Amino acid sequence: MSSPVERQPLLRVEGLTKAFGGIRAVDELNLAVAAGELRCLIGPNGAGKSTLFSLLSGIHQPDAGRIVFKGEDITELSPFRRVRKGICLKFQTTRIYRGLMVGENLTIARGKVRGTNGRLEWALGVLGLAGETARPAEICLALATEPELLLLDEPTAGMTPEETALTADFVIKLSGQGITILVVEHDMAFVRHIARGVTVLHYGRVFADGTLEEIEANHEVRRIYLGEQ
Amino acid sequence: MRGLLGIFSRVGGRQDLGRGAAFWVAFAIVALGLVAFPLFGSAFYLSNLANFFVYVPMGLGLCLLWGYGGILSFGQAAFFGISGYVYGIVAQNLSLTPGASLLGIAAAILATVIVAALFGYFVFYGQVSAWIIPLLTLVLSLILETFMAQTAGYQWRIGHVLLGGYNGMTGIPSIQVGPLEFGGASIALYLLTVIAMLLGYLGLRLLVNSHFGYVVVGVRDDVERTRMLGYNVARMQVTVFALAAGLAGLSGVLYVSWGNYINPSSMGLYAATLPVIWTAVGGRSSLIAVTLSTVALKWLADSLAVRGGEYAFLIMGALLLATMLFFPAGIVVSLNRLWRRARRHAP
Repeated sequence: MSSPVERQPLLRVEGLTKAFGGIRAVDELNLAVAAGELRCLIGPNGAGKSTLFSLLSGIHQPDAGRIVFKGEDITELSPFRRVRKGICLKFQTTRIYRGLMVGENLTIARGKVRGTNGRLEWALGVLGLAGETARPAEICLALATEPELLLLDEPTAGMTPEETALTADFVIKLSGQGITILVVEHDMAFVRHIARGVTVLHYGRVFADGTLEEIEANHEVRRIYLGEQ
Repeated sequence: MRGLLGIFSRVGGRQDLGRGAAFWVAFAIVALGLVAFPLFGSAFYLSNLANFFVYVPMGLGLCLLWGYGGILSFGQAAFFGISGYVYGIVAQNLSLTPGASLLGIAAAILATVIVAALFGYFVFYGQVSAWIIPLLTLVLSLILETFMAQTAGYQWRIGHVLLGGYNGMTGIPSIQVGPLEFGGASIALYLLTVIAMLLGYLGLRLLVNSHFGYVVVGVRDDVERTRMLGYNVARMQVTVFALAAGLAGLSGVLYVSWGNYINPSSMGLYAATLPVIWTAVGGRSSLIAVTLSTVALKWLADSLAVRGGEYAFLIMGALLLATMLFFPAGIVVSLNRLWRRARRHAP
């Protein structure tokens, strides 16, 4: 039994369009993400994955279309208000405040959050944030804002296969904590490890959508993307 | 009691140099020495020192704005000038009213903060590139200077106060509270400047070590990162900009109370550049460094000016260049680093 609220997707993107110069990086894109989903966005270079994230997080404003989050149109909202609504982008590169200690970074990150749902503490426990590497700190900063929708932009960029596997485990555990997660990823090993819903973008549109098996069995997808590897 | 202890530990936080007991003992000795100085110092020295201390709030404001907030501004002179003129207009027009100078102070600082907030609103909410902001603030200072310079003549008056064009506004009454007059050579003004300097320093040190202060530093280090943690970065920048302007305004009021006079050159190119030089030479990442360098460089500039000519400007410029080449972090901050390194390597 599901109430209308539950049937409504957490995030709905309708006709989203963004052009840079003459190139439509995102072209009338439609997407719906249900609460609790863990979904990978894949696609060739220039498919519009990163642009989609920048539109979702508010870094860029779309030329057309709208973004609805928890039933509310957030297309015009500034980035910091979207964070307060529960959308957080984890940057691809690590962007902690290097002049400050990790604890001070986290204090700043928690500043706009009232109360706690314990996910940061949980993540700190899982990751064992010893401070030897800045990479876990980045995800902890994102989690400190207590997001409902977490956007991970190439979380395994520059990682060894072992690190990639660990990151995949962590993302799966994180999903188990009830956070909805969208991942932009090139590394198919990572995508297979997560093995949930996959959306393929191509020329700024959704090209295919389905489970990992469906996507891997799709000949067109293999031709435009997976076949490259 | 615990709240008080909390404040003490926060003032001593790590967002400034000088954290050990030795620093605070030295600080207390210097502060007591400054407060006790009128017992043995002559009126001449008091007046000179007051003139140096007058500028410390303005320097500290720029230190907060630039060193901690990452926003280089040549607008401190504009706000100093606005405040001085507004105080002059209000206090002189109301000179027969009791409490005129207090009204003047309130009006001056309020006007300064409002102008700064409006200017800051357009700059920061408009997301003007960081490298344009110094130019815009310099233009603000120069426009105000140019405007005030052409206000000679009887038609340029507010109430019965003449703006005075390039000759400036004369006859500005010193701050007066009851029978106490804070005139140029008075002990009262000297002590007021000392208090403004000490409270300005301690207050800002408390601020930069607060949560707000850490976020200000965060904005400086990575604007987008901070925005993505849910902060209204533009509003924080406007707040810091207005606060820095308010401190420049405080300096402006103290200055006209000291000299009973202000002219447009207080907003000119030289005046606009000086706070940047004080802040850069001392070390913009440290409030105590900027406090020291403001007093020292004001003293140096005045000593040079006494010898005549335009040496002061040349030497200040040379000092800025030398600092940027050899001590990019600022002289006081660099010396502190050297000293700490030497101590670490000492057996």
